[in-house]
Amino acid sequence: MGYERQADFGTPEVTSDIAVTLTVDGREVTVAAGTSVMRAAGQCGGDIPSLCATDSVKAFGSCRMCLVEIEGRRGTPASCTTPVEPGMVVHTQTPKLAKLRRSVMELYISDHPLDCLTCSANNDCELQDTAAQVGLRDVRYGYDGANHLGAEIDTSNPYFDFDASKCIACSRCVRACDEVQGTLALTIDGRGFASKVSAGQTGDNFLSSECVSCGACVAACPTATLQEKAVKEIGKPERAVVTTCAYCGVGCTFRAEMKGEQLVRMVPWKDGKANRGHSCVKGRFAWGYANHQDRITKPMIRDSIDEPWREVSWDEALGYTAGKLNSIKAQYGARALGGITSSRCTNEEVWLVQKLIRSGFGSNNVDTCARVCHSPTGYGLSKTFGTSAGTQDFDSVMDADVVMVIGANPTDGHPVFASRLKRRLRQGAKLIVIDPRRIDMVRSPHIEAQHHLALQPGTNVAVLTAMAHVIVTEGLAAEQFIRERCDWDEYQDWAGFVAQDRHSPEALEPVTRVPAETLRAAARLFATGGNGAIYYGLGVTEHSQGSSTVMSIANLAMVTGNIGRRGVGVNPLRGQNNVQGSCDMGSFPHELPGYRHISGKEVRDSFEADWGVALDPEPGLRIPNMLDAAIDGSFRAIYIQGEDILQSDPNTHHVAAGLKAMDLVIVHDLFLNETANYAHVFLPGSTFLEKDGTFTNAERRIQLVRKVMEPANGLQDWEVTQELAKAMGLGWNYQHPSEIMDEVARLTPTFAGVSHARLDAEGSLQWPVNEKAPDGSPIMHVDGFVRGKGKFMVTDYVPTDEKTGPRYPLLLTTGRVLSQYNVGAQTRRTGNNVWHQEDLLEMHPLDAENRGLKDGDWTRLASRTGETTLRLTVTDRVAPGVVYTTFHHPATQANVVTTEYSDWATNCPEYKVTAVQVLPSNGPSEWQESYASWSEKSRRIKRVAAE
Amino acid sequence: MDIERLRYMANQIARNLAPQGEAAAVDATFQHLRDFWDPRMKAGILGGEREGLDPIAKAAVERLASPA
Repeated sequence: MGYERQADFGTPEVTSDIAVTLTVDGREVTVAAGTSVMRAAGQCGGDIPSLCATDSVKAFGSCRMCLVEIEGRRGTPASCTTPVEPGMVVHTQTPKLAKLRRSVMELYISDHPLDCLTCSANNDCELQDTAAQVGLRDVRYGYDGANHLGAEIDTSNPYFDFDASKCIACSRCVRACDEVQGTLALTIDGRGFASKVSAGQTGDNFLSSECVSCGACVAACPTATLQEKAVKEIGKPERAVVTTCAYCGVGCTFRAEMKGEQLVRMVPWKDGKANRGHSCVKGRFAWGYANHQDRITKPMIRDSIDEPWREVSWDEALGYTAGKLNSIKAQYGARALGGITSSRCTNEEVWLVQKLIRSGFGSNNVDTCARVCHSPTGYGLSKTFGTSAGTQDFDSVMDADVVMVIGANPTDGHPVFASRLKRRLRQGAKLIVIDPRRIDMVRSPHIEAQHHLALQPGTNVAVLTAMAHVIVTEGLAAEQFIRERCDWDEYQDWAGFVAQDRHSPEALEPVTRVPAETLRAAARLFATGGNGAIYYGLGVTEHSQGSSTVMSIANLAMVTGNIGRRGVGVNPLRGQNNVQGSCDMGSFPHELPGYRHISGKEVRDSFEADWGVALDPEPGLRIPNMLDAAIDGSFRAIYIQGEDILQSDPNTHHVAAGLKAMDLVIVHDLFLNETANYAHVFLPGSTFLEKDGTFTNAERRIQLVRKVMEPANGLQDWEVTQELAKAMGLGWNYQHPSEIMDEVARLTPTFAGVSHARLDAEGSLQWPVNEKAPDGSPIMHVDGFVRGKGKFMVTDYVPTDEKTGPRYPLLLTTGRVLSQYNVGAQTRRTGNNVWHQEDLLEMHPLDAENRGLKDGDWTRLASRTGETTLRLTVTDRVAPGVVYTTFHHPATQANVVTTEYSDWATNCPEYKVTAVQVLPSNGPSEWQESYASWSEKSRRIKRVAAE
Repeated sequence: MDIERLRYMANQIARNLAPQGEAAAVDATFQHLRDFWDPRMKAGILGGEREGLDPIAKAAVERLASPA
């Protein structure tokens, strides 16, 4: 599409069963009751001038530009604050209105710089457009009076500037921060002529304020007051392409607004069903990595990891790689080869990688990053409900009455969803937070959790079983729902189990450290407070009982009848942009696409017939097992697409040893990441801006990713995999990712009705999309569970084997911050570093005092597996005995410290519980220094002179 | 594959399935090993000493040795 501003109806859409018909400028229009006259006029093609109105926030009625005349009524009411009424006859363009509007406009312009020709918003400015619309020709007041033209420009934010001289005090930015983002960082300071938009407290600028740089204020601003620095530097975009964000699992859709091949800005797409026009600092602004100087755009090979890299042609790189793979396969057998698909890549790319491994390598040794995040979700929900995914769409939260957030930090990990949740909480929904740390959702402006269960890390199952105990023993179970929808006998067995005295909150309090009365109150609220919705994250799954916790959550949803309708459900907040999709596409070593076990002959037959090869009927290795087998000598080669296992996986020393033991490590990525230090082949990757395909978000929503610029390396990732397959002798010939999706649909029943053409026409589809659900499935398990009857799984608390003791008396738990993403490969190469330049260790004041540590001190963080150093933040966000850090920076490598303990069912690592000691330190550990030196040596590149 | 690691994994599976009752837990542990373990892992646990396996895991491994 060319460049056009997104449609704006001035006031938010209203839903109502009652329809109202009115006449606007002689045109009859029917809208929902409660709709504003302004919106009704917009819906029938009218164009009422306005400045303070925008449809992302509630009507404000301050600018007096949108006045209308209504037959039978006195005066000229503001159309934005006037609701429609049956039979209303509205006139939006009359001589009287024109005069009024022109007069108001004169006042605005009398205190506005007349620099339109040099203004960065020239031709993209609502103030300019409105002046033209009302026919402003003169300003009778002159320009010599008191004004704000000399106001200082706040350039503190890395991505946008605030130029108060251009502000018309419409409050759109303030209201967007309040209503859309929910941070309430902005205000109008002062009164009358002194009114000005202010971030934070007196003396703050945008950077030092509470502002989270979501960009909602910038999107809402009608002038150049709040504008992207990139627009100032590059100019107005000339075309826009709708695509899907490549950061977290929310799956926001954006308009990539372009000037030629140059990306000017990413603007949240208002029609996006996952984000509804909102964004966070990562998706909105942190895309600079795509053109970062660290990008590797030429293939490279080397015989040994001690040698420097050698740039080669694609043909040489692919020939070398295929030759090595074929040779290793011939010598050690197919099961010596494997690979890891990328949850940052498209569904189509994941499909090809797993297909290459299964049909080309000849093994099922395929895994994905879900191994280290949500594999327990797949296992737990599959056992209880019969499907490996969340049950709701994000819109569903707006019908929730009680929301339980367990082991998730939505404001940081899934910020756009957090904004929706906060909006619902401001409307009155209740909140229960189960987390060892006092996350922002516990208490922030206009939000306060009714109950915060600050449990001891590793005791999720005990807490959830105690909640179930309360619900069952106090007669709060939803018996009718259970009888109709679940296996009654299994329920009775489970209910008998949880009702045992040993599962009471009082009996478990010494283990969980959650006061029994608090836990009882939370359980009662969840069972009796109306629609109960559960949202959870990696604080649930990354434990030795991750799968048990997921099943406990499912049990809790079933026992309270909170499944199968809007406002309820079990909702895993997935980490990476396409981690749901990578799982759907067959990235697990025991399953073919669509979560069907590899041993199933009928399913295997369908793939063998389509692909023309015989498949191994035995499950393959998971990532940690691949590393074990590498050390053992039976696993020799790995193809890793878009994943940095050295930094992201637990026990870095063990990962390094596994990689080092292999004959061939192929890394296919944007940058020379930490894993590439142990690689023999580097295949340059393409960013999401450089490719076509689809991502599937945490709602099972499949959305198109559209190429907006040519790949810097010359090939999209699916093309690289295809070329490697061809070099290995496979006869692949896909011309476009849409053909790969056609194959997905042909072989995967839940995707049967999906195609790129349909996605293009409909915007998105939520799987399953098939004969039973031709338009997709926003809510799962509506009329019954996918598995038939819901299955209550008996889960008992089994303490982790990772124990604290005299040498390691503290428990370390890890997580992430808003501004950085996963291992930081992308966000560390953007302006986001201004907010988080290093990983910090959070410690309670009591623990710090006991160790003679103070804020900012260097500390040595040591566990049984390793040690690292990092600086300290003293805070009571964490309880005594618990410390917390992030894993965004390779200089810290928090995973040097984490252990190989993992979930019993899926081997998802227990990142959230590591026994550690923290002591003062003078600087980097020996390992950090030696790794830094090794890393520098390993990244040497022997350049090829340009031809 | 390191037999100690495989034993640990089998015991951990069995320990978490134990609340289902012994017979069901043996069955579930056997199915888990069958459905999720790669052939070299199965061979490793089958080829190693049974010592160190808890009773449920041991029974499941015995069944894995002769699934019929």
